[in-house]
Amino acid sequence: MRRLGLLFATLALAAGIACAGESRVPKPVVHIENPGSCVAPAEEMRRNHMVMLKHQRDKTMRHGERGAKVSLNGCIECHASKRNGSVLGGKENFCESCHAYAAVKLDCWDCHQPKAGYKAAATETPPGGFKP
Amino acid sequence: MSQSNNNRRGFMAAAAAGAGFVVIAPGIRLIELAGANAPSKGASDKVRWGMLVDTTKCAPGCDACVGACNKENGIVEQVADPRQGAQWIRKIDLVDAKTGKQHSLPMMCQHCAHPPCVDVCPTGASFKRADGIVLVDRHICIGCRYCMMACPYKARSFVHQPLTTQAPEVPRGLGCVEACTLCVHRVDKGQQPACTEACPQGAMLFGDLNDPASDISKRLKEVASTQVRADLKLDVGVRYHGI
Amino acid sequence: MKNTFSRVEETLFYGLTALGGLVTAIGLGAALYMEHSGHVVTGMNNQIVWGLPHVFAIFLIVAASGVLNVASIGSVFGKVVYKSRAPLSGLLCIAMLAGGLAVIMLDLGRADRLIVAMTHFNPTSVFGWNVILYPGMFGIVAVYMWTLMERRMNPYAKPAGFAAFVWRLLLTTGTGSIFGFLVARQAYNSALLAPMFIIMSFAWGLAVFMLVQRAMFSWNGIELHPAIRSRMKNLLGIFVAAVFYFVAVYHLTNLYFAKQVAFERFILADGGIFPALFWGGWLVVGTILPLALLYIPSLQFRGSVMVASLLVIVGAFCQLYVFIIGGQAFPLEIFPGMSATSSFFDGKVDTYSPALPEFLLGLGGIGIAFTMTTIGVRVLRFLPQDDLGKLEAAGNITD
Repeated sequence: MRRLGLLFATLALAAGIACAGESRVPKPVVHIENPGSCVAPAEEMRRNHMVMLKHQRDKTMRHGERGAKVSLNGCIECHASKRNGSVLGGKENFCESCHAYAAVKLDCWDCHQPKAGYKAAATETPPGGFKP
Repeated sequence: MSQSNNNRRGFMAAAAAGAGFVVIAPGIRLIELAGANAPSKGASDKVRWGMLVDTTKCAPGCDACVGACNKENGIVEQVADPRQGAQWIRKIDLVDAKTGKQHSLPMMCQHCAHPPCVDVCPTGASFKRADGIVLVDRHICIGCRYCMMACPYKARSFVHQPLTTQAPEVPRGLGCVEACTLCVHRVDKGQQPACTEACPQGAMLFGDLNDPASDISKRLKEVASTQVRADLKLDVGVRYHGI
Repeated sequence: MKNTFSRVEETLFYGLTALGGLVTAIGLGAALYMEHSGHVVTGMNNQIVWGLPHVFAIFLIVAASGVLNVASIGSVFGKVVYKSRAPLSGLLCIAMLAGGLAVIMLDLGRADRLIVAMTHFNPTSVFGWNVILYPGMFGIVAVYMWTLMERRMNPYAKPAGFAAFVWRLLLTTGTGSIFGFLVARQAYNSALLAPMFIIMSFAWGLAVFMLVQRAMFSWNGIELHPAIRSRMKNLLGIFVAAVFYFVAVYHLTNLYFAKQVAFERFILADGGIFPALFWGGWLVVGTILPLALLYIPSLQFRGSVMVASLLVIVGAFCQLYVFIIGGQAFPLEIFPGMSATSSFFDGKVDTYSPALPEFLLGLGGIGIAFTMTTIGVRVLRFLPQDDLGKLEAAGNITD
């Protein structure tokens, strides 16, 4: 909830600046690769995606409920940029562009894989980068 | 989720199930696994997932289970100091100090019923699912490493460096503690853990300890099995035959 | 506010504050570097999971609760000599606790999740209890200091002092229990650790107090009354001897248990740096030398009590290093009676070489405590002022 509050505050502030028409921060470039196929209307997603993800994350991880409509990997598959296959990487990438604009830290990708359909390169290296 | 995505997902599940049928170890019936815990229904406390390792079959020098685990869980990062690298499963070679009898076995999180890591975790990030799988909630893990001090099996690793090569279904990252998940993302789909499937000797048997009709329960009734550090009375989910 | 500081003292104050601030800043910088790069830049690893930062932090936290003992002797046990020292004792307690906690928090893998540690609570975790015990200590000591330093609140000093005394015993029990409750490890897993940590806190806290008191007295050109110094040095000696007793009992019990003999052989004889630090660092430098300086008159010289206090602190660091690092370096015995080898260093003694960042982080904790103390004693009246008439009336300086 704290994060959510922060986001709203930031958005409100950003909106205020934008309305004044003198924003020094360029608006985020949100390019939807597959329009019209999201789990909820864009308006709702914009406001509530973090709540939906958090709700589902606890269900999936703590209770093992899989295959739900809301899924972080689902987001990535749809929203990863066609250019670099990721939701991160630059101002045009879906997650990064908006979060950079709203100045809200993205914590997901420290652990989650931000690339769609990612397969780790086949490696002969055993754990810890060495051969016992 | 879009219609096309749903279709793709369904197809992938069917393909995975088909592949599972082909490669699954003889003696395990897929129906039994799927029946106990159908995909997407969630973990049930009627089930207690466990594993029986037959150390008489486990071959010294073979680390197929380790390789399969690393591939499945995306543990592929390069680490300069091997002592700082993550190992979810490892092969231990044992020699009896008196008799000289040798053993070789895989060691990983033992998925205790009374896990010390869960007891000591200050935030509740270490937790046990209803079906007995012990996991780390990386969303609230603060990286204090108290669980690593508490684990009697040295089963946990701390991620010492930023990662970019995670497998999509196995999130893991800098500053958090991690361990064997019993391939929870596969088990929830009705599959077996990667190590079990990969063992060329068929030395690892995975299944429901609570179901008397499961292969693992029947086998445990037949052969002598050991809980490692049984003196601690942790009621582990992973048991060993032959040591 | 006394305004008798000369220019030299003024310069000294700013110099010391700047020094403390610099050490603190370097420590914070090191923490930031560790946070950014990950613990890969430290000497800690998956075998030695707690390293030098924990040695510093546990010293600061244990000594913080021990330094409050000076106040407790005054308020709870009614000794007049110690009453005038209570405010300084409270300040040192808060400063060292802050330094120690900062180090522990900044060493976390995800130090950015401090808020998670505060909002998610696991009642079965000893760490979880400490999340309540530490902030509680700040609160109680703050109230206690208020009752001591605000004249109208003086009547409440005794109950507040009693509450602080009980809380600090709980706190150190909690710190000792972090290790005492680790069932799996040969080095820990003993109920003895809780009382042992309490007695260690008495000795280390008093040693720190003596050093700070001496520094403040010299700063103000005051000489400590010989009778008071004699009382305090005797108390320090008793505490150091008591620590020796507890450590001896701990190791003797272990030596008696066949299953612990290998571990004791490691710590006391074969373990390289650890036996050296145990016998040379803790026993000779940290125990025998201070006891000799405190109790053998022919060895005493001007400042010998200070040297003894300093040696007690050096011994404390050696003891904690052996206890924390040595306890982890000895391989976990997963299969008793068998020798184990693996790619994950099973059955292998681990070596720990601390890297610069973790040392600087630990030092930063001391910097925080030092800076807070320096500023505290400058802006408020913490200097112990002995009313010799009162002391004589109480019979405190005639014996």
